[in-house]
Amino acid sequence: MSKPDFSPACPAPAGDGGTVQLAHGGGGRAMERLLDTVIRPAFDNAQLARRHDGAVLDLNGPIAFTTDSYVVKPLFFPGGDIGSLAVNGTVNDIAMCGARATHLSVGLILEEGLPLDDLRRVVASMRKAADAVGVQLVTGDTKVVDHGKADGLFINTAGLGPVVARSPIGPAEVRNGDAIIVSGDIGRHGIAVMAAREGFGFETVIESDCAALGDPALALVEAGIAVHCLRDMTRGGLASAAVEIAETAGVAMALDEAAIPVREDVRAACEVLGLDPLHVANEGRFVAFVAAGDAKRAIEILRGFAVSAGAAQIGAVTESPAGQVASRGVLGVSRVVDMLSGEQLPRIC
Amino acid sequence: MKFRDEYRDPEAARGYAEAIARITTRPWMLMEVCGGQTHAIVRYGIDELLPDGVTLVHGPGCPVCVTPAEYIDKAIEIADRPGTTLCSFGDMLRVAGTKGDLFGAKSRGGDIRVVYSPLDALRITRENPTREVVFFAVGFETTAPANAMAAYQAMREGLGNFSMLVSHVLVPPAMRTILDGATNRIQGFLAAGHVCTVMGFEEYFPIAAKYRVPIVVTGFEPLDILEGVYMTVRQLEEGRAEVENQYSRSVRREGNRPAQEIMAKVFRVIPRRWRGIGDIAESGLGLSEAYASFDAETRFGPVSSGPEAETECISGLVLRGDRKPPDCPAFGTRCTPEHPLGVTMVSSEGACAAYHRYRGIPRPPLKAAS
Repeated sequence: MSKPDFSPACPAPAGDGGTVQLAHGGGGRAMERLLDTVIRPAFDNAQLARRHDGAVLDLNGPIAFTTDSYVVKPLFFPGGDIGSLAVNGTVNDIAMCGARATHLSVGLILEEGLPLDDLRRVVASMRKAADAVGVQLVTGDTKVVDHGKADGLFINTAGLGPVVARSPIGPAEVRNGDAIIVSGDIGRHGIAVMAAREGFGFETVIESDCAALGDPALALVEAGIAVHCLRDMTRGGLASAAVEIAETAGVAMALDEAAIPVREDVRAACEVLGLDPLHVANEGRFVAFVAAGDAKRAIEILRGFAVSAGAAQIGAVTESPAGQVASRGVLGVSRVVDMLSGEQLPRIC
Repeated sequence: MKFRDEYRDPEAARGYAEAIARITTRPWMLMEVCGGQTHAIVRYGIDELLPDGVTLVHGPGCPVCVTPAEYIDKAIEIADRPGTTLCSFGDMLRVAGTKGDLFGAKSRGGDIRVVYSPLDALRITRENPTREVVFFAVGFETTAPANAMAAYQAMREGLGNFSMLVSHVLVPPAMRTILDGATNRIQGFLAAGHVCTVMGFEEYFPIAAKYRVPIVVTGFEPLDILEGVYMTVRQLEEGRAEVENQYSRSVRREGNRPAQEIMAKVFRVIPRRWRGIGDIAESGLGLSEAYASFDAETRFGPVSSGPEAETECISGLVLRGDRKPPDCPAFGTRCTPEHPLGVTMVSSEGACAAYHRYRGIPRPPLKAAS
């Protein structure tokens, strides 16, 4: 006679049930368990181990400080996820100030019902992205909201780090004649996320360019390149970055459309959807405004990093009309480049 | 990119521009019918490559622009109802009716989904059997077959919770209306390539003959448009008024027969009001009797049309080709894509939006349509 298949098990519910519950945000045992089993092991460091209300840091000299919130649907997309985005995005904002991010805070807003496995994947991805650039996630907060009140998970990160650049970097420093350099091909992140969200099923999978930009950006500064402004080309893409800087600096810009690197698959997707690659978001690309004489060397330096191997000069700063960005098209006729007026909306036909 | 870059070759473009200049002995005024062509012309600066005598004016072929305000009001009313989901192409969300736009309805909690194909709306219908799902079916002959297919499929599957708010329009009646206008200045047409891909071009023969205008079926790439202009100007210079096909890589004389058949099954030709232009007989498509049960107007009440509100906006004149966007005193000042006074500034295919986006405000009109 064969033995009955019997394995003793506790009939009580396992507690977590595999998804985030409102109790996880209640400040009691359930919340402690979530923090102890999911969040703290992922971010583990000396500051968090103190279990204090905040991190205590020892800082000297000028510090760059920034914050950003991350809401993306879907949470996971080819080439990245909301976790890597939340670390790299804030690290990049610091890098654009000519500074190296050292510490981040993390605010997690979790939607009731979020699978705990998804949360584990996200925090592991945050840790990996942070380790890759040597930043520590030193303080944080977790809240849970009712089902339907968030798209699974929202993240806010704030970051800070010492300024490396010796001369000021910012839109006001941009001057007539500056070379305009992009760190690589544009438009990949926006198309990757849109394709993942809408399930377009393009022939090739377009991966997000999500990446940390501190190394190439600071390499320019450390090599003594006259860097006047750096800007990561996130929402609104190259167009928004350029127009915003032109308006602030009171200069004009002349871009050469043929010189702007756009991958073939991204270009094709934009054609189909009626989008302009200049308006599509990036999460691992920046535009640099450097003195014309330094342009060649700047591009060589950027090309030494995998993340900016496709760096290219795409135009130059000109004097007037102030605030206007023009782009010379393939037929040799210039057009005005403007910011998107609202959301990016695919056309009817 | 293959099959595209060869139609944007700068050398070839210059060659066409020179050829057009060589054959042009008098001023000619041509209209490109389709908003996609308008966009390409303004984006690539094709009008700037043309000789002084040849003027392109922009036609009514922007589906978002000509959809009447009362249909947008109806879509908003449907979206505001509990238990309904409204599916729309993204373009339509920003266009105001008489009381706000669909973005506003969305922010009030209306369930509005941006879809890329009417078949996405069917998927949403299947996934939400307890909700009424309404697809906002707009556009010219280009989008009509796919939209017809959605109704056809819904009937086959017995999707009782699916309906369509239909505001389809047809190109040839609009061309006739423009040519009948007392102030008409159009001497030749670049017909819309994709519309002709579906419909063929036989229906343009009577128009060319009656009004003595050349009509050239034209594509959307820069070289397509330049070649279309060349063929139209050559006809005008030679005193011909024929229908020719520049876009032969996509368009056949008889068009796409299966697409026409599904349209004929699902739709019937009806009178339609065009925003900014007015009522045009036999210029639109509505659901046929067999498909009347899928008509959102049957389910949620008919669209009621009042008189169009008076504004300083001249979009009607722009859509008829009587004026160019920079001729409007409000262009770029009181009327911008963020605060549009009229639909031609809202839609990405609208002529005003194209000028604003690619030409900016400070520049004077390159060639006033006088």
